[in-house]
Amino acid sequence: MRYSIFSLARQALSDHRDWKPAWRDAAPKPAYDVVIVGGGGHGLATAHYLAKIHGITSVAVLEKGWIGGGNAGRNTTIIRSNYGLDGNIPFYEWSMKLWEGLEQDLNYNAMVSQRGVLNLYHSDAQRDAFVRRGNAMRLHGVDAELLDRDAVRKMAPFLNFDHARFPIQGGLLQRRGGTARHDAVVWGYARAASERGVDIIQNCEVTGFQRGADGRIIGVETSRGPIRANKVGISVAGNSSRLAAMAGMRLPIESHVLQAFVSEAIKPLIPGVITFGAGHFYISQSDKGGLVFGGDIDGYNSYAQRGNLPVVEDVCEGGMAVMPMIGRVRLLRSWGGIMDMSMDGSPIIDRTPIPGLYLNAGWCYGGFKATPAAGWCFAHLLATDQPHETATAYRLDRFAAGRVIDEKGQGAQPNLH
Amino acid sequence: MRIPCPYCGDRDLHEFVYRGDASPKRPEADAGEAAFGDYVYLRENPAGLLAEHWYHAQGCRNWLMVVRDTRTHAITAARLAREIVR
Repeated sequence: MRYSIFSLARQALSDHRDWKPAWRDAAPKPAYDVVIVGGGGHGLATAHYLAKIHGITSVAVLEKGWIGGGNAGRNTTIIRSNYGLDGNIPFYEWSMKLWEGLEQDLNYNAMVSQRGVLNLYHSDAQRDAFVRRGNAMRLHGVDAELLDRDAVRKMAPFLNFDHARFPIQGGLLQRRGGTARHDAVVWGYARAASERGVDIIQNCEVTGFQRGADGRIIGVETSRGPIRANKVGISVAGNSSRLAAMAGMRLPIESHVLQAFVSEAIKPLIPGVITFGAGHFYISQSDKGGLVFGGDIDGYNSYAQRGNLPVVEDVCEGGMAVMPMIGRVRLLRSWGGIMDMSMDGSPIIDRTPIPGLYLNAGWCYGGFKATPAAGWCFAHLLATDQPHETATAYRLDRFAAGRVIDEKGQGAQPNLH
Repeated sequence: MRIPCPYCGDRDLHEFVYRGDASPKRPEADAGEAAFGDYVYLRENPAGLLAEHWYHAQGCRNWLMVVRDTRTHAITAARLAREIVR
């Protein structure tokens, strides 16, 4: 069924009782051309673009729980392409362009809202760094505007401009950045992929790989039986190391927990996404009215999907420093998700040394905004065995080869990225 | 999460600094680039028990070797790192 004003009107006449499920909950077949492990945004986007762009429809997406139940349902829904390094900017900008056309492509309302992403700066040195990043973005054709203090005050008069230690001096604004509805992104991709014949198989946990005599991957063992595949793509951020270990590989990744928070719903307050430059705190407001915010990862290896109090305090202190009125709002919920923290803070979309096995991993806490381009580029890699032109830097061997992409300049210490 | 420091007793997480997995061992100087690449970048990253280094920065300033389950954050052992023969 194609969604439109007419389908809505038709359903309204029948009290909305005739809506069909948006996608098909499939049972596993014995074999596929491509098996994608992980039914999050990235895995489903990969399946959609494999079917749509490359015409490969013998595709299964295997999900151990329910689709979108991992990090796709735990992020803070921000989309942006305000990166500073050559290896990153074209990729994230391609993702932003795909976001801009996503709803037409999927025929699904993903609530993409380009309400702007504003990074505040609080010192001369930070201003210089932001000018440099903004210029790098503009050289790649990405929009970036440097705002002075007065322009920021006009946009967000409620911020703490006269903080004794961290006075706001201005900000770097990407107007095309914003937010999208994370669950709708998952459901939209699932619906579009399913319509083209992709099998979405839930409650199907991969427990091992089938190897041929030459070592090649020829399928997967799952909790719902063995499934043969010519190619297997891993897209399970948070658990990439566990899957890789089943194939006998170690990855340049540690799993860390990142917490996020939402307040009770209030009237419209925050115009876009605002980030505090002197600590790690970022905030936006959902269409439902809740203030959605977060900060640093907890900083120790974890698969627990829940964090601890020191980071809760740190995030709230950041919020109080940049926006003191937030202290009047009550916290509604907080939760944790497991991040693939890579050794340089940048992702991996590459073949592995094992023939037939492909990897999309290492997204740190930036995977949501990358969903469309990660799917696009992973599909390109799976279909053609060549990296997409915007993802040529995301090689697995870049660590050993010394070509790391370290936006933050922290070195091989994942908990600092 | 509280860490049972062998010197100070149970202390809150915020007193500690995390260093990470305690298992990578620095290769000999002539071990070659591949060995150093593995040492610097590759990790087991287990979902389960992990031996790791913590520094009690806001306490006794000892380095600890803590065994913790990464699935539950439950700590099963904590010893002074210097007492562990490497």
